[in-house]
This record gives sequence, structure tokens and C-alpha cells, in this order.
Amino acid sequence: MNSHTSSLRNDLAKELHRFMSAGCVISDAETQRPYESDGLAIYAAMPLMVVLPETVEQVQNVMRLCHKRGVPVIARGAGTGLSAGAMPREDAVVLSLAKFQNVLDIDPQSRTARLQPGVRNLAISEAAAEYGLYYAPDPSSQIACTIGGNVAENSGGVHCLKYGLTVHNVLSVELVTVEGDLLSLGTEGLDSAGIDLMALITGSEGLLGIVTEVTVRLLPIPSSARLVMAAFDNVQAAGDAVGAVISDGIIPAGLEMMDSHAIIAAESFANAGYPTDADALLLCEVDGDSDEVQDQSVRVEQLFYSLGATVVRMSRNDEERALLWKGRKSAFPAVGRLSPDYYCMDGTIPRGQLSYVLTEMQRLSEEYGLRVANVFHAGDGNLHPLILFDASKPGETEKTEEFGGRILELCVKVGGCITGEHGVGVEKLRQMSVQFSREEIEQFHRVKAAFDPEGTLNPGKGVPVLKNCQEYRAIDAAASTS
Amino acid sequence: MTDQTIELLEQVNAARSSNSTLNILGGCSKRFLGREQTADAALDVSKHTGIVSYEPVELVLTARAGTRLLDIEAALAEQGQALAFDPPHFSEQATLGGTLACNQSGPARPWQGSVRDAVLGIRLINGRGEHLRFGGQVMKNVAGYDVSRAQAGAYGTLGVITEISLKVLPKPKATLTLVQTLDAASAIQAMNERAGKSQLLAGACWVDGALYLRLSGSPAVVAGAAKEWGGNELDDELSFWRSIREQQHSFFSSVENVWRFSIRSSATLWRQDAPWIIDWGGAQRWLRGEFDFATLEAEASDAKGQVSLFRGERRNDEVFATLSPGGKLLHQRLKKAFDPQGIFNPGRLYSWM
Repeated sequence: MNSHTSSLRNDLAKELHRFMSAGCVISDAETQRPYESDGLAIYAAMPLMVVLPETVEQVQNVMRLCHKRGVPVIARGAGTGLSAGAMPREDAVVLSLAKFQNVLDIDPQSRTARLQPGVRNLAISEAAAEYGLYYAPDPSSQIACTIGGNVAENSGGVHCLKYGLTVHNVLSVELVTVEGDLLSLGTEGLDSAGIDLMALITGSEGLLGIVTEVTVRLLPIPSSARLVMAAFDNVQAAGDAVGAVISDGIIPAGLEMMDSHAIIAAESFANAGYPTDADALLLCEVDGDSDEVQDQSVRVEQLFYSLGATVVRMSRNDEERALLWKGRKSAFPAVGRLSPDYYCMDGTIPRGQLSYVLTEMQRLSEEYGLRVANVFHAGDGNLHPLILFDASKPGETEKTEEFGGRILELCVKVGGCITGEHGVGVEKLRQMSVQFSREEIEQFHRVKAAFDPEGTLNPGKGVPVLKNCQEYRAIDAAASTS
Repeated sequence: MTDQTIELLEQVNAARSSNSTLNILGGCSKRFLGREQTADAALDVSKHTGIVSYEPVELVLTARAGTRLLDIEAALAEQGQALAFDPPHFSEQATLGGTLACNQSGPARPWQGSVRDAVLGIRLINGRGEHLRFGGQVMKNVAGYDVSRAQAGAYGTLGVITEISLKVLPKPKATLTLVQTLDAASAIQAMNERAGKSQLLAGACWVDGALYLRLSGSPAVVAGAAKEWGGNELDDELSFWRSIREQQHSFFSSVENVWRFSIRSSATLWRQDAPWIIDWGGAQRWLRGEFDFATLEAEASDAKGQVSLFRGERRNDEVFATLSPGGKLLHQRLKKAFDPQGIFNPGRLYSWM
């Protein structure tokens, strides 16, 4: 570290201590270490310092101070992100919202919850349960991830086709601007006058402001839910079965697919009763009024049989349903057991292209000599290929990233996109210019500048700088030193 | 079905070079909305029409912005699908582009989402004469800022929407509407309680001293729930909901101002003696009459929402909810970010934009 950085750190720490307690300003390397990466640990760097404000006023003061001194700020929730969106940099302050853990208010009448940004996703539904209500978006990390991070990433989950993403379930936010001003966006009504700023903020990856409060919509807990599992001996048939359910007018609460690698791994991990000789497995959940669920689940069962399913099983109770889900929900760590490391990708495709995309992916897998397992939010076209690799082998991490990049480019080629729910972060900057033209990327930069004219909020993430490739070099450097 | 992209781009570029302004028009069904239109010339998008792609199995439809809602709804109906946001038309000429720009959704909005919620991607001509594509044709897409949904309610001030991709949904197998006589306060309570318990609700409106609840689902389920919920089944439910959605109900036939409140659904009714329609399960309320805007804004704020003048003669003053100083600054900067010369729909949204 150079002397400039060191003196900046000392100066900042001194000023921060004027309004924050000593334990909330972390500037020593050892205590900073847990903040060096988010859930995508191959991208790591040490921050200038980490601050953990306890009040909105402190957040404002941190922002004012950093703005005055031109110091970049990187907001961080639980650090479960999978695109290095919260990766630190040496010249930037990491602002953790971890201390904002309170559910401020639940209004059972209007079915809303007012939350601090550090409230965990699952904790919202737990707090709302006594009123028969829940919060619908349920990303796989829901035990740990926070609502503030969900807003930043526009998180999804396995129930998006029916219940939408974060952007469909958030009513309003309080936002601290880069200058330290406090702004309210959205209302408790279902829309607001003017440009839809809530849409811009949701999924903005911490590039536009610091969210300090979130109000979400709650839904009645469905009185009934059932899961139908079906095994197929080829992927095409499973894909057709997904189409058949939707053509029949059924919108399942969840509709998931796994390929044979994922089935075998998940079954050995969870003993969910998946047929391990299947080429593709579908899990289709219907929920709602109990008579409606009865109707629809029988219909789904019939459709799966008629389309050539080799095995079909329907959950008879909530325990069976939970067990069938358990395999899917533990698919990532289960696949992880097959290999020293795995890399989770996140592209979306039109569902009809699934068979082609999987075939191409298999070809790439052979080309790179790396195995790939697939779990797929089949209902909404969100593909999560898991590339298995060994980071201790020289060059294998780079090869894995290149393979991952090719998969994302394949998604764009068939009419999909480079990220369904994990965000661009640092990881997918390169592929942004595959999905977007130079003019489109410039327009994104101008949107950013409207919120953050000097570009000090989470710089170097989300939208690539076109005129030079400095960012790409930084990525390579970070990846090779981690 | 015609592609007028080149003509539209030419007109935008002509306006750029002559430093003149454009008033974006589709079917002119919503000219009464927003502030007075004062631009130098009209930019007609209504000839830029056609469904570009429609994949019923993918639940995705892409259409040029000038395509009439009627034509889109007819194509969807052939496949047993529909626009879940059930948009008002206000005239047969209503277009998809105008529906998004003005963020117009119908009575099912609280349960089935808005036009903004259904949008997956758009193409847009910005004020630099660039034809850009944002979002996509897939349900999930978090690459870049959500410029597509940001257009909802922007009234064309950020650019010319030329194409829209939407999520569409299967038509419900059955619907049924129950009506019961109820005072407004009890109706607000009943709507919110029902919405907190049932997934079958797809409409909840109070008008003329009666509460109307629409159920949607499979025929047996809807019929079963109707018995349990009580109230009388409405004979011609389609025309009732159409009259609310299209504002053809007698409530709207007066020449008085109509104010739209978008507020917390459970907000206690005030001005009990004034003429109201309470829709969207309480979250959208129509008030008729002459009132002071600032007074109504204070009332809307107490109800955790906003008010705007929806129908009225006074369209050279502000008609939309007053923004906070910070919100106004963001609007000014975003306008500049998309339309630096201020070509599109000057003053339609706010006098200063």
C-alpha cells in the first residue's frame, strides 16, 4: 500500500470516529478480511476500510464525507452475491448495512412490511407468518441474503413465473444519495407519478444509491401446495412437457429442471427419491386454493405421463413436498461435492431453445475438458450451469471463466440474456458488450450519471467502460492473485 | 403491419437539427391525460404496427408500439391467453405504446400486475436519434438498468417507444362477480381482509353503495368460493368491469374534475360525503369535483400515496403529484440523460420537464 492510501485511511478514520463508535469503523487488515469478496470468492480485493453505520443519519454522514473527499463507496448486504457486485477496491470504503436488521412494521391490513435493508429475506416471511402472509421472492440464499441486497440485484428465486421478481414485490424505498441526501421513492400505493424510479433502483447493483429502508408487499400464504416430480429419458421430452403445462393454462408456482449430472449429485446428497437413471427431472409445484391445487396437480400428472415421463410422483403431504424440494435446493452444494470447485453461471434463454443450448453446452464441455451440470428454472427460462473445475490446477480457473463466458454468449445468441438474477457485478462486464451496443451502454452510463455524477458509487461494476479495457485487466489481475 | 422505424428516426433527426419539439401520438385515446401538449409538431407512431413475434408457450409477445390493444388482445384470445393487466382502452385506437407510456392498467392490477410489471423489454429512440434495445424477451433479465419499466408513467418524455415485449398469461378458466350492499368504510375493510386471505380475488371495487368482488380460477373452485363468500352473483359482470375500466360508468359522465388517488389500500375513507369510486381493493380511488390540488395532496400523503388530476380542463397547471426536491432533480437529470435537447413531449409530464 502506498503512503497516499495510508494517510487517506488515517484521515478518514479520524473523521468517521467523530460520529461513529470505534467498533463500527474497521481499518485493520485482519478484521477487514471477511469483506474481501462476496459469494463469488474468486474475485477478491482488500478495501480501504469497512464501515458499519447504525443509523440512517450515520449513513448520510459517511456518504457526505466520502463525497467531499471523492472516495468511492461500495454498499454491502450479507455478501451472498454471485457476481462480485460487492467486491472491494483498495481506494474504496465498503459500507455494510449489516446493522440494519429490524422489521420496522408489518401492516396486516394493507399487507405490507416496512424493513431495514439488513433484514434477511426469510425473516420477512417468518415475521409475517402470524398474519397468514409471506414475502414471495425466495432466492436460494434466502436464509442469509438481505432485502437490501435483493433490491440491489432484483433477486428472483424458484417462484418467479407466478409471483414475480423483487421489482414486482417492492413498493417503496428510502435512499441515501451519493451526496448524502435522503430520498423517498415509490409510495404505499401501487404506482407513483413520473418516471418509474423504483424500476431503475431495483437491480441497480449499488450503483445509484444506498437503500436504507424498503417497503414490500406481502401475499396470503397459499392454503395448499403440491409438487409433481417427473423423470424423462431425454431433455427434449422434458422441455416439451414444460411447454405442455403452460399451454394448458397452468401457471405453476415453481417449475424446475435438472439434468442427469445434477440429478445424481442431488440424490446422493439429499436422498429425495429421484430416479438416478433419468436424463432430465422436472419438479412442478402448484399452489393456491386447495380444490384448485387438486385440479391442477392431477392435470399436470396426466400431462407428464402422456408426454412420456418414465416416473411420476406427486407429494401427498408437506413433508414429501419438502423432501422432493430438498434435492433441488441442495443441488449447488451437492454438485460441489463432485469436484474441488464449481462455478455457477446464470443466463436466461427462451424455453424453446433449451434442447439446443444443452447440446451446445455439452459440446463446449468437451472442448474445454470441463464437466458441467445444469439446474434450470424452467418456468422462466433461467439456466444455472455449474462448471466443475479445480482451482489448484494452473490455468483451470481462467479456462473455466472462458467457458462460462461462452455459455453466456450462447444465451444471447438464442435470444436470451447474460444474467437472470445474479447481476453483472464485475463478473459479467465483458459479456455486457455482447448483449448491448455501444450506444446502449453509453445510455446506461448517462442513467448512472443522473444519480451519481462523479461515479463514486460502486465504480467499475455493472456497466463496462467502453473506451478502454482497464477494467478487464483489473479483473484478470484480481482473479490471478486470489 | 408496417415497420416505420426509418421514418420515425428521420423525423426525430429532423427535429434534432431544427431544434424543434415533438408530440408523440399513437391512437390519441389518452390525449386527455397529462398536461397540455405544446410541441411544435406531431410524431405519429400509430402506423408503426404489427405483432413481431408471439410464442404462446413462452408466454411472450413482442409488438410494435403503434399496434392497437384490440389487435393484440384478439391474437392472444385465439390462443386462450390475455393481457393480465387488463388495460383500459378509452377508444378503439388505443395502442400498446401509449398504454405503457401512461402506465394504464385495469381492475385486476393489484392481483395480476400492471403493464409495467408485464414489460420484459423495449426498443426506444432517444433524443440523440439512437434506436436502442433494453431488456429482452425472457422473464428474467438483470443486465443493465431497467430502462424498459422506467418508461411506465414517463409519458414519452424519455424517448419514442417503438417496440415492446410483454409477458402474457393464460385467460382464467372462469370468473364470477359477487355484489353486496355495503357502506364505503366496511367495503374497504372487506376488500383488504379478503385480499389477505384468498388467492382467487381478481377485482375489488366499491361504487354506488355496493361492493363488487371478482373471483377468478377454475369453474368449480370459483363457484364453491362464491357460496362461501356470500353476496349475489352479478349477471353481466363483463359490462360492469368494463364500465369501471373504461370510465363509462355514470360517475365519470359529469364534466367535473376527476382526481385519481394511488394510496395505501386500507387507508380510512375521508370526505365521506364526496362522490368516490374505490377500486383496486382500495389502492386506487376516484374522487369527483372541484378541489384545491394542494389540499388533496396533503390528504393523499396522509393516506401514504399520491393524487393527480386525471380528467379536467385545467391542464396548463401541474396535474401530477408534486415531486420532492430530490425527486425533481433526478427527473431533470434523467430527462437530460435521454433527451438532452428536450425534443419529446415537452411539459406533458411536468411544466419544468
